[in-house]
This record gives sequence, C-alpha cells and structure tokens, in this order.
Amino acid sequence: MKAQQISGITTPRGDPAWAREYNAILQAYEQAGGPTAALRSGRVAAVVVSANRVLGVVTVPGVTINAEPLPDGVQAQIMVAPGVRLERPVHLCFGMIAETGVQRIVADYEIGAGAQVEFLAHCTFPNARDLRHIMDAVVRVGADAHLRYTEAHYHGPYGGVSVEARAGITVDAGGRYFSTFSLVHGRVGRLLIDYTADVEASGVVDLTSMVYGAGDDDIEVRETVRLNGEKARGLAKTRIAVRDRAHSRVFTTAEGNAPGTRGHMDCAEIVRGAAMAENVPTVIVRSDEAHVTHEAAIGSVNRKELETLMARGLDEDTAVDVIIRGMLGRL
Amino acid sequence: MPSGDILLDVQGVTLTREGRTILYDINLSVLTGEIHALLGVNGSGKSSLAYAIMGCEDYRPDAGRILFAGRDISDLPMHERARLGLTLAWQEPARFEGLPVGDYLTLGRPTISREELWEALHAVALDPATYLPRAVDRTLSGGERKRIELAAVYAMRPRLAILDEPDSGIDVLSFSDIQQLVQRMARSGCAVLLITHRNDMAAIADRASVMNAGTIIMTGAADEARRVYAARRG
Repeated sequence: MKAQQISGITTPRGDPAWAREYNAILQAYEQAGGPTAALRSGRVAAVVVSANRVLGVVTVPGVTINAEPLPDGVQAQIMVAPGVRLERPVHLCFGMIAETGVQRIVADYEIGAGAQVEFLAHCTFPNARDLRHIMDAVVRVGADAHLRYTEAHYHGPYGGVSVEARAGITVDAGGRYFSTFSLVHGRVGRLLIDYTADVEASGVVDLTSMVYGAGDDDIEVRETVRLNGEKARGLAKTRIAVRDRAHSRVFTTAEGNAPGTRGHMDCAEIVRGAAMAENVPTVIVRSDEAHVTHEAAIGSVNRKELETLMARGLDEDTAVDVIIRGMLGRL
Repeated sequence: MPSGDILLDVQGVTLTREGRTILYDINLSVLTGEIHALLGVNGSGKSSLAYAIMGCEDYRPDAGRILFAGRDISDLPMHERARLGLTLAWQEPARFEGLPVGDYLTLGRPTISREELWEALHAVALDPATYLPRAVDRTLSGGERKRIELAAVYAMRPRLAILDEPDSGIDVLSFSDIQQLVQRMARSGCAVLLITHRNDMAAIADRASVMNAGTIIMTGAADEARRVYAARRG
C-alpha cells in the first residue's frame, strides 16, 4: 500500500482490514505512551507505519512527508521547510503487531535553516517473540534550526525483539539537536543504539538514552559526538538500570576538534542481581582550546539515597524502584 | 509541649566501627513532644548516634538497646522504624535525579493533601509553585536541598524527628526560620532531637544533652546544658 496524503486519519476509508490494523497499531502506540488523541485528530503532522505498510500520513504547512513501502519495511522522508516553527510535534508511529518478522525503517529527516520542530516517535512491538526492528536514520539539522527528537520504545513482555537503531546526525552552524531515547517499560530483548553526531560551529547536540533491562536483556549503546566547529557543544548522557542477568555496554566517544568546543559524557548505570554493566568512554581532543570531560557512576544504588527513602518508610525494594524510576525519567 | 512520657529511650548503647569504639554506653531519653537538643563539637559522635537510632547500615550497636514508644526497635530495619513514626533529616541530604520535590515530599505520607504540601514548603520559606515541580537533584543548591529535606520531614508528621545540624548550609539570615520550623513541629506534637554544635540553636530546646568524645556527659534543662557546653568550649 502506498502512502497517501489524507486530511484526517480518524476515518477509515471503507477498508475493514486497514481499519483493524490501524486501530491495533494505535492501541500499541498508546501502550507505549503515545498520545493517540493528537494522532487521531488529523491536525498534527504524522506518519503511521505497521510492518511495511504505511497506514497514514498527515502533513501540515511547511512539512513534507514521503513514505514508501520497502519489501521489509518503509522508507520515510520528512522535510521541514526553512524558517518553519511548528507549535505541535510531528508524530511518528512505527510498529508491528505480529509476533515475528522484520521491520526496517530507512528514515531521512531534514530540518531547514532556522526551523524549529519537535518529533515524537513511538516504536511498539507489543506481541514480539522473534522480531527484528532496524532503524537507519539520517538527520540533518540546518543552520540555526532546532530539532527535539523523542523516541520511546515498547517491546512487550517477552524480550523477543532485536532493535538496531542507527543514526547519522549533522548539525549545521548554530543548529541545535536534542534527542531522548527511552525503553523503560516491558522487556528490552536485544538493543543496539549507534548514533554519530557531527556538530558545526556554535551548534549543540544532546543525546540522552534511558534503558531498563531485565531477564537476559542485552543492551549496547554506542554514541559518538564530534565537535568539529568552533564553540560547538555536545553531551552524551546515558542512564541504564539492569537487573537479573541483563547486560549493558556503553561506549561513548566525544571529540573536541575545534577551538572553544565543550563536550561531556555522563553515564550512570545501576546494577542489581546478577546483571552486568560496562562503560568505555573515549575522549579525543584535537585543539588545545577544546575541553572534553567524562563522568560515570556504575554499580549499586547509592546507599545514602536508599537510606533517605527508607527513613521515610519505604522498604528497600520500593526505595530502589523509586531511585531507578527517577533516573530513567519514569516518575 | 512535652508530656513527660518517654518516646525514645536509648539504653547503654555502644557502637564500634572499623575497630574503633565511637559511642560509649549512651543513655538518652526524648519525651513525647519535647525539643531535645544534643550539643557537641564536630566529631563528638552526635551523627553516629543519630544513625544508630535510625538503624542505618553499619551503625548497629554492639551493646545496649533502643526503645521507641516502649517497643524495642534495636533489630528493626530502617523503614519499619520510620513507619512507627521515627525519621531523620541528614546533615548533608542526598540528591535524587528525576524525582520531583512534590513526589519526594509525598513519599513519607502518601495521603498528604495539596494544602499540606504547600504548607510544608512555606514552613521552610520556599515557594511551592516554584519548587514542587523541580527535581531533588544537583540543580538545587545545598541550602535549597537542606530546606527541602526539612520540609519532607515536616510533611511526614513523624512522632520523633531527628534533625542533624538543620542550620548547616543555610544562610545566617535563615537561622530563625529553622528555629521556628522546629518549634512548629513541636507544637504539632512531634518530638525533635535537635543535633547541633551551635549553642544558640539549642536555645529553643526544652532539655538538652551534651556529648563529648562519644559519650553523653550531662543531660538537663536546656539552659544548664548550654552553660556546660559553653564552658567546655571556652
């Protein structure tokens, strides 16, 4: 099914199969925390994709969306015209209702110079038992443009998902890119996040990843921030909690390649039970006027935080849960 | 006002940590509704005694026992002591990433009303509209974090609050705010064990004990204890 521009995606087009799938994917979207009311309103820019079917596309002035099916997924291009400032986020809904299969999303996001926009992406696989989701994204943030990209995943209770999320991000002079990836509900399965950001003069990039692993979940985060232009700034922030036998590995690299650049990597991982966490930071500086720093806190829950909550009457397990949920932004 | 009933009764507590005895045969009682100051210079063992009473890890006494409202709590975990109405405000409070102040204040008493939350922040001279949505994290200054800790204890409505150096980290102009808060807690029926090295802070106490080198050297009326403490400090 080819993508179609429709004025509102609340009305099924007389196709019961389409309506069933559309409602199922929206239900999954809601399960992942997605605001379905906005999506159903037809007044916000949106793309709704189930497996390799584009179920709906809504555009608004200044935003162009092209979405085409691939044999194993969808190719989506979203362009925001220069100077456009959207009051409401662009909603991206990707998912699969099936228990098995592959979904590959080839995404190309281009934010024109001076534009300001927020993308809200939800990737939902509520029934997954043996499913692979691949995201290959190219993100270009134009000069003085501002993109806030929030991506929330829900993989269901079985841990049967393998996600590979790759993104190549370019931030032009004065541009700002803020991204938050979160997978804190249900199981993770296998997760690879692999982001590389190149930042030009006075540009800003802020990459945040939050993941809660359990069972035998396997988490790998690879983030590289290259501060190439003068006074570019970058932050790679990772928040991971693992319990049971889950395993997380975080590899972050920050490069200060020009004068006045400021980079920071901030990794916090909480480990419980037989879980394991690793963090390998790499700092590269090619200018004597650059400054790149790293901090990491890995291990058990901070004893003082724990005892403070216990002195308020919370038992140890509840106190740990409050601390982890706070760290992962789930409160 | 104190009722005369003993709420906290520390009997012969001795504590050794890392091979060193830091509390020697401590005997201390706090009456229901009283403000009891525990005066002592830095390093005299005041905080260690507070941690032992609260049941912190690594502060379990080697000897003696601790009774709260007539019940031996020596073997109870911290959260069960807290549920009996005992709590502690740390001298240097912990920070919590992502935990909003409003949620933090609610943890100790989930049934607290919105009005009571606002009152708790007003009691420490913080604007609720500004602070309730903020996180209890490192974006707060030490003084702000300290006030929020005291507000959390106040909001909990405990039977006994141990306040460990409640004025430390707070500017000198706020000294009277802290004294008023302690008096307010006492008026609401909450006994306060007020740990301080400042003689003037103890002026609001009903009774006081003076601690030195891990032992309590005297307990009596607050004025008398303050004189003893001042004389010892020279």
